[in-house]
Amino acid sequence: MTPLLISSYTATTCLGHGRDALLAGLREGRSGLAPCAFETVKLDTWTGEVAAVDAEKLPDSLARYDCRNNRLARLGLEADGFADRVRAASARYGRARVGVFLGTSTAGILQTELAYRRRDPDTGALPDDFIYRTTHNSFSLAEFARAYFALEGPAFVISTACSSSAKVFAAAARQLACGIIDAALVGGVDSLCLTTLYGFASLQLTSTTPCRPCDAARDGISIGEAAAFALLERAPETPAAGALLLLGSGESSDAYHMSSPHPEGLGARMAMAAALRSARLRPEDIDYVNLHGTATLANDSAEGKAVAELFGDRVPCSSTKGATGHTLGAAGAVEAVVCALALSNDLLPGGANTATLDPDIPLAYLLKSRPGRLRHALTNSFGFGGSNCSLILGVAR
Amino acid sequence: MTSTPLAAWIEGIGFLAPGLADWPAARAVLRDGQRYSPAPSVLPPAAMLPPAERRRASRIVRLTLAIGLEAAAHAEADVSTLATVFASSGADGYNCHALCEQLASDDRQISPTRFHNSVHNAAAGYWGIATGSMAPCQVLCAFDASFGAGLLDALGQVVVDGQPTLLIAYDSEYPEPLHSKRRISDCGGVALLLTPARTRRSLAQIAVTPTAGPAQALADAGLESLRQDIPAMRSLPLLANLARREPGVIRLEYLAPMQLNVALQSC
Repeated sequence: MTPLLISSYTATTCLGHGRDALLAGLREGRSGLAPCAFETVKLDTWTGEVAAVDAEKLPDSLARYDCRNNRLARLGLEADGFADRVRAASARYGRARVGVFLGTSTAGILQTELAYRRRDPDTGALPDDFIYRTTHNSFSLAEFARAYFALEGPAFVISTACSSSAKVFAAAARQLACGIIDAALVGGVDSLCLTTLYGFASLQLTSTTPCRPCDAARDGISIGEAAAFALLERAPETPAAGALLLLGSGESSDAYHMSSPHPEGLGARMAMAAALRSARLRPEDIDYVNLHGTATLANDSAEGKAVAELFGDRVPCSSTKGATGHTLGAAGAVEAVVCALALSNDLLPGGANTATLDPDIPLAYLLKSRPGRLRHALTNSFGFGGSNCSLILGVAR
Repeated sequence: MTSTPLAAWIEGIGFLAPGLADWPAARAVLRDGQRYSPAPSVLPPAAMLPPAERRRASRIVRLTLAIGLEAAAHAEADVSTLATVFASSGADGYNCHALCEQLASDDRQISPTRFHNSVHNAAAGYWGIATGSMAPCQVLCAFDASFGAGLLDALGQVVVDGQPTLLIAYDSEYPEPLHSKRRISDCGGVALLLTPARTRRSLAQIAVTPTAGPAQALADAGLESLRQDIPAMRSLPLLANLARREPGVIRLEYLAPMQLNVALQSC
């Protein structure tokens, strides 16, 4: 693909609001996970809850979008001056020339879960104040962001479970290449809800401890929530030193099982290989791999095989889900931001919580963060339904 | 700025809607002026899935397999190699209702199958299992604008990646009480196999550009009501021209104020 400029980016996770909090957490090897205290949930698990989400108030004119997911979206958009960069892009290119492509797995489903507790005892009807379109529907996230910035260009949500907000980078790149738009707001937002907390528990995929990706004793995920965004524009012929670039993307499908990865990581390997082709890079050009690394037995083992087959045991890699939790539909964008921070700050991020590496995962796994000069980083995102996406980011030197 | 027109050739069409069992049935109404009589959508069994999954296949899984396979067969395409774009306003409404109902009860121990079937990309996942295709698969949502969103991304894949792409736009109804909050009456969908080059099987070429002009409605009241009722049926004005093999510029409804101009040339 033609490289794109990542002209601005931000992330809000359980490590804090904005990218400095994420960077500091990664540097210190800190985990933002805590025992689950969300809503009325009674599960023995840890979560990565973002502070002060429900204190966020949407503008009055957008009150119909009010739900935890869009509160988190706004909190994330206003961090790091990102919203001002979007407004500037809209002013520069025109409202119809900025696209909105966002990923989410559950959008504002929590609003519906809560509304089902308030059904009319006689008729079963949902309460009058429940608005499906602007809270529950997957598109509510992108529609909210489009309305928030008064944009008039193309918009959609990609909802492929945990690969959603990686795939939006590829979709935006296609629309930029076709000249439909001049800039794209991409990213992902997913927020805590009962469906995912009880759902992953029903699959026995949640850990009772803070998740430990690639650890020999790993036993499941910790669910997190996050909002992460990037602004994509066409890159100048010679990008300035330090400019961040989206260099390639690769997508594939497992065609194997709804909730288990292909055991040999075949789909994962295809996505990484496609991303390398798209970026016109060789495996040895990659300086860091941010693993999907959910800390389930099956994912880390399959992904480990796939990464080892392509890269051997040379390339430093880690999963940052021990720090942020698995933020599901936001994970792709959060981890693209992790790569952007790594590239911009000469940092090889270590994975929090992991103590003893699984000897069957033959990777150069980073237990601790350390300084390192990177040119290219690859990030993996895989989702239910066998949906795989790898992105390659680079920094102009 | 380099810009590649969003254009592709249509090689195959699949269709299913209330009272219209497949593309030939829809063509008879759209082309020959046969009267449109709405009736509950008839969904064929998911014959391509393994027996266990086939028995449990939901309405959206049966719908997407039916229209996707019809379009691929029409084009004589090998489904095991096709990239896909799934576009819909929602996922499995019955499954969603059952989850929300249980999560509002005293027993929140939901079934793992219900949970993995709740994802927006469930139909796409079963499509992969049925066809064995490991090609890229997008799953989009843009509420009522989902067809236009799917068309934009599918054309993007055809043009940028140069690969045949099967667009499957589909929607299904919710049971009460969600139905009162999101009134889609029944299942309906359309599938278009889009290719980067003309072949002997090409039916038409389409080129899409954004426009701020108003979207087109349909003259027939019954068909217009279908167009408005099921988001995927926002494609009907395009399908009417395809049925009649009539060249022209069609203004499809997308996301106000942005609509889509589709310039169609028949082969």
